[in-house]
Amino acid sequence: MTLPGPTDNAIAARVNAVDDQIEDDGDLFAESELAALPDASPSKLFWRAFRKHRLAFISLIVLLLMCGVALVPEFLAPTTPDHLHSLHAYAPPQRLHVYESTPEGSRLGLYVYGYTSTVNKDTNAIRYVVDPSQRVDVGLFVRGQPYKLFGLIPSSIHLLGSMDSSQPFFLLGADANGRDLLSRLIYGTRISLSVGLIGVLLAFVLGIVLGGLSGYFGGRVDSVVQRIIEFFMSIPTLPLWLALAAAMPLSWGSLQRYFAITVILAIVAWTGLARVVRGRFLAMRGDEFVLAAQLDGNSVLRTTMRHMLPSFTSHLIAQLTLSIPSMIIAETSLSFLGLGLASPAISWGVLLQAAQNLRAVSTAPWLLTPGIAVVIAVLALNFIGDGLRDAADPYKR
Amino acid sequence: MIPTVFMISIVSFGLIQLPPGNYATALAAQMAANGETLQQAQIQALEARYGLNEPFLVQYGKWLVGVLHGNLGQSFIYNTSVSSLIADRLPMTIVLAVATLAMTWAISFYVGIVSATKQYSIRDYVLSTLAFLGLATPNFLIALVLMYLGSKYLGMSVGGLFSPEWVDAPWKLGKWVDLLSHLWVPVLVIGAAHTAGLFRIFRANLLDELHKPYVVAGRARGVSERTLLMKYPVRVALNPFISTIGWTIPAVITGDIIVGQVLSLRTTGPLLLEALLAQDVYLAGAIILIVSILTVIGTLISDVVLAWFDPRVRLRSI
Repeated sequence: MTLPGPTDNAIAARVNAVDDQIEDDGDLFAESELAALPDASPSKLFWRAFRKHRLAFISLIVLLLMCGVALVPEFLAPTTPDHLHSLHAYAPPQRLHVYESTPEGSRLGLYVYGYTSTVNKDTNAIRYVVDPSQRVDVGLFVRGQPYKLFGLIPSSIHLLGSMDSSQPFFLLGADANGRDLLSRLIYGTRISLSVGLIGVLLAFVLGIVLGGLSGYFGGRVDSVVQRIIEFFMSIPTLPLWLALAAAMPLSWGSLQRYFAITVILAIVAWTGLARVVRGRFLAMRGDEFVLAAQLDGNSVLRTTMRHMLPSFTSHLIAQLTLSIPSMIIAETSLSFLGLGLASPAISWGVLLQAAQNLRAVSTAPWLLTPGIAVVIAVLALNFIGDGLRDAADPYKR
Repeated sequence: MIPTVFMISIVSFGLIQLPPGNYATALAAQMAANGETLQQAQIQALEARYGLNEPFLVQYGKWLVGVLHGNLGQSFIYNTSVSSLIADRLPMTIVLAVATLAMTWAISFYVGIVSATKQYSIRDYVLSTLAFLGLATPNFLIALVLMYLGSKYLGMSVGGLFSPEWVDAPWKLGKWVDLLSHLWVPVLVIGAAHTAGLFRIFRANLLDELHKPYVVAGRARGVSERTLLMKYPVRVALNPFISTIGWTIPAVITGDIIVGQVLSLRTTGPLLLEALLAQDVYLAGAIILIVSILTVIGTLISDVVLAWFDPRVRLRSI
């Protein structure tokens, strides 16, 4: 061992002094800011810190919009997802025109151009091209394909759609059967987002119960739970998912498959959460406030849920948010491989299944747009998670 | 370590048995879909031949004894020994894994240093954005986009590990060159998320270190910026590079399942998928077992290297 010389110490001391000064200034600033808000509750402070994280805040808005889409896809989609335009297979995306130029000048008017079909002489394949000589009028709140809002209220009003529903209107193009990709994308939002949310809730319950037991009691319970966690962590994730997904009977309907998939996703994801909860509980269980709660005669359930868990709720929420994206990606990958959800259920992964080979992708590159939706959702959730984590960390403020 | 591998072998064997039915019924269903029929007697003969009707533990026990004797069993779908199938595919998988690890390290090391030393610069923002995109994009999507761009703008076939004329050619210089010209696509695709993740951790670690007093002290004593950076903070921040060695192998194999399917690679990933779907118990079980063993070995190596590399790890337990 070499001891640092006196010069080192002196420099270090001076550097520390400078550092302290800077930090003091920072603290003073923070204190004056806090003094101005004497009545801010922890949750208000949390929210304020979160809003300062601009990217996270924007992401929250994006995510809320997506949730809105997932809530009322029937109304937002131009048509129903299974409405066929069999004469427009692989029709390319149309551009939505907002202004039209007439001889009298330009005025507001929504329209798209129609399609003409050409037949390739060599392959006999029909290709559609956007034809500026045809015009398809588009309107807001138009009557189109009938649907049931929330599965209850019958209606046929769509936010945006072609005035004449027999006319093609494909803002994102059409798939192999001539179904509107935009509508399918909008309908797919519901399943793709909720798989992550429900899966995370299941993982959350499992993680809290098992991680809590492990951390609160310690000792033998702890080592048993730890072995279980290690075991689950050491199995390669995707083969586990694949085998479980392949184990689903083919006769199951989409709803059953959907719940089975969320359970499968949760089985892998709970271990990380359980470790976090366990670590916190282990560190906390010797604290005075826990002892006080125990001496007051609180039950185990009340001590943990009412006294221990709230001390790191915000951290836990951040952790939860950060584990949703991997679930969304997992669902997409499973469905892409044909092992997850399958049509008639619609999720982003199911839609991407249509783009599985090079030929489909090169004839209809717009089939990849559901992938963009996945990327946006995953990015938004990651940023929100980061923002929540920073806001939950009292030392960063 | 041995108990872990043992447990994994039971579970991987059990997982494949989970789907209802067995290889014989799966084959019958597949043939029925093609308009052919398999007689009930033939199904029973198949079941008897492969011992498919015996209890789970008996089947597992027989398999385990075989594995311990170096016999991985017969593949039902390919009708050859599992060892020869895996021997055919495993070398390329290992080449892929090593290349992916090398690329992951090289890129995240360089990019992490640039991004951390020039924090809040344009380069930092661009690199961080790219890393976030890499994390958020499912890797099969990257593969599809690369395939599309490659065929549309470069006129090349992105996919496979060799051009058609080199597939069965002997290992000459030309074949290696051909391999290298194809290898970068799967390496990039499979490594994207891992690179992005490693880069984020490395950058955060490095940023924590760069503002510590010892760096200022070193600078005040006139150590050149480069030496200062490489000799102290980088060494401290390198920890995640080593601790994720073990984790790379399963990550590559699992990435390989999907990416290999899209890019039609002749590696173990697509083979595993095929085996799982057809309930080819011995083939799938053997691959999962090998992956698990490689993972355990990788973790062991990373622990040893970490202890050698990082005195904090070495001295903590003493």
